[in-house]
Amino acid sequence: MKKLCRQSRKSISYAKWGYIFLLPFFVVFIIFTLIPLASTIYYSFFENYMSGLTQIGPKFIGLDNYRKILLESDLPKYAWNTFLIWTLGFIPQILISLVLALWFSSKRLDLKFTRFYKTVIYMPNLIMAAAFSMLFFALFSDVGPVNNILIALGHQPFSFLQSVSGNRGLIALMNFLLWFGNTTILIMAAVMGIDDSIIEAAQIDGAGPWKTFIHVTLPSIRPILVYVIITSMIGGIQMFDVPQILTNGRGGPNRSSMTLIMYLNNHLYSKNYGLAGALSVILLIATSLLSLIVYRNLTEKE
Amino acid sequence: MKKIKRIIASMLAFTLLFVVVACNGTKDPDTTTTKLPDTSNETPKESGGQEPVAGQGKVLNIWGWNDEFQGLFENYFGGVPDDVEVKFTLVPSDDNAYQNALDEALLSQENAPDDEKIDLFLVEADYALKYVNSPYTLDIINDVGLTQEDIAGQYTYTQEIVTDSDGAIKGTSWQATPGLFAYRRSIAKDVLGTDDPDEVQLALSTWDKFYEVAEKAHAKGYKMLSGYDDSYRTFSNNVSSPWVDDKLNIVIDDNVYAWIDQTKDFTDKGYNNGSSLWDDQWAADQGPDGKVFGFFYSTWGINFTLLGNALDTPLPDGVSATGDPDAFKEATEGNGIFGDYGVIEGPQNYYWGGSWLCAATGSDNLDLVKDIMIKMTCDADTLIKITQDTQDFTNNVEAMETLAADDDFASAFLGGQNHIALFAESAKGIDMSNISAYDQGLNEGIQTAFRDYFNDNVDFETALDNFYVNAIEKYPELKRPE
Repeated sequence: MKKLCRQSRKSISYAKWGYIFLLPFFVVFIIFTLIPLASTIYYSFFENYMSGLTQIGPKFIGLDNYRKILLESDLPKYAWNTFLIWTLGFIPQILISLVLALWFSSKRLDLKFTRFYKTVIYMPNLIMAAAFSMLFFALFSDVGPVNNILIALGHQPFSFLQSVSGNRGLIALMNFLLWFGNTTILIMAAVMGIDDSIIEAAQIDGAGPWKTFIHVTLPSIRPILVYVIITSMIGGIQMFDVPQILTNGRGGPNRSSMTLIMYLNNHLYSKNYGLAGALSVILLIATSLLSLIVYRNLTEKE
Repeated sequence: MKKIKRIIASMLAFTLLFVVVACNGTKDPDTTTTKLPDTSNETPKESGGQEPVAGQGKVLNIWGWNDEFQGLFENYFGGVPDDVEVKFTLVPSDDNAYQNALDEALLSQENAPDDEKIDLFLVEADYALKYVNSPYTLDIINDVGLTQEDIAGQYTYTQEIVTDSDGAIKGTSWQATPGLFAYRRSIAKDVLGTDDPDEVQLALSTWDKFYEVAEKAHAKGYKMLSGYDDSYRTFSNNVSSPWVDDKLNIVIDDNVYAWIDQTKDFTDKGYNNGSSLWDDQWAADQGPDGKVFGFFYSTWGINFTLLGNALDTPLPDGVSATGDPDAFKEATEGNGIFGDYGVIEGPQNYYWGGSWLCAATGSDNLDLVKDIMIKMTCDADTLIKITQDTQDFTNNVEAMETLAADDDFASAFLGGQNHIALFAESAKGIDMSNISAYDQGLNEGIQTAFRDYFNDNVDFETALDNFYVNAIEKYPELKRPE
């Protein structure tokens, strides 16, 4: 034993450099993520808000904030809004991204100018979501260009921003436009990573394009699909800037486009850190659970 | 292994250090339930010892939500010493952004460098009490140094509204803000056969008559009002009790219900255009292509908003009625519907808005603040000049009465009407005793919640629920009455 130890001492270990290089990450992580997270959880047990310029609390009230959020608020409604709008945006996003990714990477089609298309579809993602939302707000307002076009074509003007479906539809559309380019490029990377020989083998076995897609392509890109779904879902739960700006913070008619984070943001009017903290903790748990379920489901071995 | 342990240990120690440092800043959560900011050192009245940092800082910080006061200040206050820099910080009111920013700055005022301390800030009637009843504003008499004689000429209601619970006056204003109804003369002629203010007032003197005219206007293809919130202030500023009672229950006054009923009725019958205050449609309705009979407005709105909306091409910079009458005449003649508005009291006397100047506790420019307050809000000559230039109704009873009696004083924009005569009369009736610190959030909240009801998106009960939910989100201490 002793001999062994002495021997390993003599050998040069670079491990310490690994830890030193990791240090900055941990320091930043602890200061900007771990401590705020801990204090959010801590403050979620307190009554702590501003009444005008007067600080109320902090006063320990146990689980009262959680009771208020879970039992007395309209949380299920906002969760449903968020889920619905996310789904409305995500389904077209994943379908169109899959189709585009297959087209762009297909050797048979051999499209020209794919680089140009890829740049173009990625463009919306470069615009700040808030600016994009502002643009739609102006375009679809009651006296905006879209309604002017409708009138010019002989249709009745439609109050997009005063109707439930108009609001939800526009938010979903924007989320779709913002993210489908990004998803396309991710999926394309996965599709191009499939070994050609597998696809050729399938075709030799008599599989048509559809069967090849279902039985070869899809299973092969599953890890990336899982990644796309999880990140999009987490992004969906955190949906905020687009609906906030489109609805001017009001959440559309009858709060029907009020997302979970917009609801969280409402509590910051009075700097209600207690209630907002409790809501954040609930969202954190929900996000973790969702990710876990989706991940388990999709990575299960058949 | 040992090394790893050491590294981990030192990392842990490092983080612990951060935790300790971070926690030092926070207050001990268990000790108090309601903590007022400790400012006993700052208000000289109470401590008797420390004077506020008087004299002359190098930077005068003024905070506001739009450039209205900035414009007045630059045009009418000439007394800034050469070595003092005036810095305006303007944060728009939307989404409560102005108050959020202002609160943050005021709460950290004590530790801010002198040149960054707020010296003067503006507040609106809807939330004036929030600041007035806090230690962050100075008593303009005892702390800033104005005298009772200085402010004797003002409309007393403008002082009562900014008087705190101990009787100290905490702000001062250059304007008084009686409400009004601005109507389109051409449309009035078409609908009523006359555009004379007295006769139009007779035709609109009660809500019943107002309704009849709305019916007539509708028959001729006009809208009586632009949107849902147009008449809101006429009702809400004539309430019989404040928004919140002493048990912190939200009270919806009968007058607010009356607004809801009337607006729903007008909307269903097509008497309004479905706009919201300040939105594009509302502004367009006031312009040359507008088909709206009239707008409930306040004195400040005529020059600051309505004039701009009425023109086809905006006025060139720096052109005003008194500055350069010829240029003004040339720029406005035949421009949009300049001259087509008239103003009357309307169906109910009311007030709307107003801006007050407050001196911030901890200011290092108190001498200058005092000069500004005197010159901009007490000096009769300055106030008359502001009224002559901008048509705004300023805060000096005698000066306004003089202009009201002056046959030569007329507003070309209002078709030659002496509107000051009208306001001088209605300003006497202003009663702001029912304002509360919650007005802004609750007024906005009810307008937003009931827009869904007017738009037929929800029924009355749901709109009411949404209003309460929103109100309690904004003010967690408030309760929905059982």
